[in-house]
Amino acid sequence: MLNRYPLWKYLLILLVIIVGVLYALPNLYPKDPAIQISGANASATVSGDEMNRVARALEDAGINVASRSIDNGTGLFRLASDNQQTRARDIAGELLGQQYTVALNLADSTPQWLRAIGAKPMNLGLDLRGGVHFLLEVDMDAAIEQRLELNASAMRDTLRSEGIRYRDSEASDQTLSFSFASEADRDRARSLLASQYQNYSFSNTDEGRPGLTLSLNPQAVSEIQDYAINQNLTTLRNRVNELGVSEPLVQRQGPNRIVVELPGVQDTAEAKRIVGATANLEFRLEATDSTPEDQRQTFSFRNDDSRRAALERDVIITGDRVSNASTSFDESGRPQVNINLDGQGGSQMNRASRANIGRNMAVLYIEHRTRDRTVMKNGEQVTERVPYTERGIISLATIQSALGNQFRITGLDSPAEARELSLLLRSGSLAAPIYFAQERTIGPSLGQQNIERGVISVIVGLLLVVAFMIARYKAFGVIANLSLAVNLVLLIAAMSVLGATLTLPGIAGIVLTLGMAVDANVLIFERIREELRARPIQQAIHAGYERAFTSIVDANITTLLVAVILFSIGTGPVRGFAVTLSLGIITSVFTAVMVSRAITNLSVGGKSIKKLWI
Amino acid sequence: MTQIDFMGKRRIAYAVSIILAVVALGALTFKGLNLGLDFTGGTQVEVRYQNAPQLDQVRERLEEGDFGNFSVQTFGANTDILVRLQQSFDEGVGTQVVDALRSAGNSVELVRAEYVGAQVGDQLRDQSGLGMLIALGVVALYVAFRFQYKFALGALISLGHDVVILLGFFALLGLDFDLTVLAAVLAVIGYSLNDTIIVYDRIRENIRRSQSNDLVKIFNEAINQTLSRTLSTSGTTLLVLLALFFLGGDMIHNFSLALIVGVVLGTFSSIYVAAAMLLLVHLEREDLIPAQKENAVDDEAP
Repeated sequence: MLNRYPLWKYLLILLVIIVGVLYALPNLYPKDPAIQISGANASATVSGDEMNRVARALEDAGINVASRSIDNGTGLFRLASDNQQTRARDIAGELLGQQYTVALNLADSTPQWLRAIGAKPMNLGLDLRGGVHFLLEVDMDAAIEQRLELNASAMRDTLRSEGIRYRDSEASDQTLSFSFASEADRDRARSLLASQYQNYSFSNTDEGRPGLTLSLNPQAVSEIQDYAINQNLTTLRNRVNELGVSEPLVQRQGPNRIVVELPGVQDTAEAKRIVGATANLEFRLEATDSTPEDQRQTFSFRNDDSRRAALERDVIITGDRVSNASTSFDESGRPQVNINLDGQGGSQMNRASRANIGRNMAVLYIEHRTRDRTVMKNGEQVTERVPYTERGIISLATIQSALGNQFRITGLDSPAEARELSLLLRSGSLAAPIYFAQERTIGPSLGQQNIERGVISVIVGLLLVVAFMIARYKAFGVIANLSLAVNLVLLIAAMSVLGATLTLPGIAGIVLTLGMAVDANVLIFERIREELRARPIQQAIHAGYERAFTSIVDANITTLLVAVILFSIGTGPVRGFAVTLSLGIITSVFTAVMVSRAITNLSVGGKSIKKLWI
Repeated sequence: MTQIDFMGKRRIAYAVSIILAVVALGALTFKGLNLGLDFTGGTQVEVRYQNAPQLDQVRERLEEGDFGNFSVQTFGANTDILVRLQQSFDEGVGTQVVDALRSAGNSVELVRAEYVGAQVGDQLRDQSGLGMLIALGVVALYVAFRFQYKFALGALISLGHDVVILLGFFALLGLDFDLTVLAAVLAVIGYSLNDTIIVYDRIRENIRRSQSNDLVKIFNEAINQTLSRTLSTSGTTLLVLLALFFLGGDMIHNFSLALIVGVVLGTFSSIYVAAAMLLLVHLEREDLIPAQKENAVDDEAP
């Protein structure tokens, strides 16, 4: 019969709606402001004892705790009001000290039965909850240069141990060059190195002394770059975890950029220092009189510019070999960093120190930084970023006995410096220096305000559309509004399930989608009105839906194409808008065509009515 | 049904379109778009005072703080101040600005601080321009595939018309053109296209159904048939956009403005530019007839 759906179709639509409602539901449960306490390293877990202490301290300070729980060694205090959150964190952080990390958190309050089916609320973007967004650029040239230096150091070692005499070596622009006393030495060196270093292509140079040039293969270059960015991602994740931020985001973007988002963080200066710190350590022996001139490098001390020392160019180990680091104070109360090395680092350190008892070993602190310089270029002021590296000795001490994989570093200025150094050593060093290409800080008040305004404009917009549709299409307006409501529910459900992040432009996208979503129904109803002039009611309804269908599909596919392009070129908030728009198009076609048809069929389909309220 | 002779007045519409487009192109060439931070790079800091400050005093404070070139303006409410700095970016510039402003004993709160590297900005600008062109190209291909290349030409010109005039509007008024406005422009492309397709769909249907060769009459009929739909949809969309414009806050003010102007333009252009273009490119019945056989079923009511 005309305008009747088979039962299964109704049930299917009903099922989709029920699933949509279930998955949209978590968004109705507001997130609780909370502080989260976790151990700073694997050995420290949060126990009931710490929880009691914190609870008492919070009570003393007059902060209302709504509830508390421990899960997997992580404690959570839900607070009654969000303006006490920062104070609660400070109190707990002071009380528990360095062993624990205390972070601001927004705790999910979705009931258990909803969580069991995997339903979760939408994530709020930074513009809605406040926080810091960094776009970091990885310096690829420096990554390659570092690798060259490292290889050059190992090659010199090999050549020396084989008794091949070389004059000098130089690393620049993806190539290494050596020069030798004789061609025989050069050829021996070439065959020796060629068997060990397949990443390089070798060529002889014969200007002046017999020389050997090694250049990195393009494949090796891209491997180094990939390694650099992946290593940096790992390191940044470790550091961000040490910062104690809930739900941070560390993500690769494009070939050489990394996005870091820290919700809830307001102190950008500290976050930047920790995230962007490129500090590393190198352990080197002090040069002796017999060290050849080209193997020496002179550095000044970090805390005393006038003091200088000449060190050997070869590095025993770098900070990458550190497996754990913590701070404490030495006998005379000065800060020190206790270092544990991994297996390989330990044996390298052991070998080097055993053979050099009585000599001095220096700890060199290395930091890559940039400064901005304004220059005139083509009559325009252009700011150039000039990278530079700061190296300074933090300690120079005599090797008393063979060192194992545990030792300590003294000579640090302050406990704060010791803490930061140990944090950096723990979280690993960056494989390549990074620069801040972009930074956004959104204050918490703006976030709150954005949410409120977004919600108000969604409600007002929705009410206006509902009123308009009823005024214009009467009974069918009600049908359109019902399917619009279903559309909103499905859209929110889809965004929650996909884990899409809700941003301000995203909310604007929802509002816009609502305005445009009625379009399909408008098309259908106008068509039904037209058809009513020529056909009986049931046939007119049927023809209206059928005829409007191609128009609806064409119109929506083209808009979808634009939304997809928007997604692929956009970043951050714009992507949020594109996601909302695309999902909105899909749900609106479903609701306008299927849901509104189902309601129409159920209410007027197949019945003999005299007049349509349209 | 209303019967308005749209096509008869098309020459007036041409004149209006051409004047608007010329003014827009003029504004774009001579004044240029006031590109936002996203595209130019630079630093901007928004702060909120407890009590409305004197802008001169804010400037003095910043000069004392040695911030180089900067501009100060209010942002929405007169307690909200937007400071733009030229590239003098340093650790936690937001906090620095707030500290400098706070030194006079005022209660100042950091609302947001943003820094975009010039290189990132340049790249984004190129990418965005390219994105817009790709969007237009892909859409034209789809229309050519679903309809016929003359329709694609009409749709493309109509979209270009909307985009140019919309950009010109922003250039003329010197409004900030940032990423969200770009998103709005792309959404306008989608919206205007949506409108155009609906009209084209009806034109195609009517050409196939009627025996007449009087295209002007067929077009008029198609436009009139879709008129109430066009106005309903534009109406509801405008309603929600007005809600966004007045209630959505300053951060999406320009975004909603771009969409409002875009929706009005898109509605106008789908009637006049898109349809009228088909007359200019000499669309003929034969262009659509070969396809008639496979689609003939459509026309028979089941």
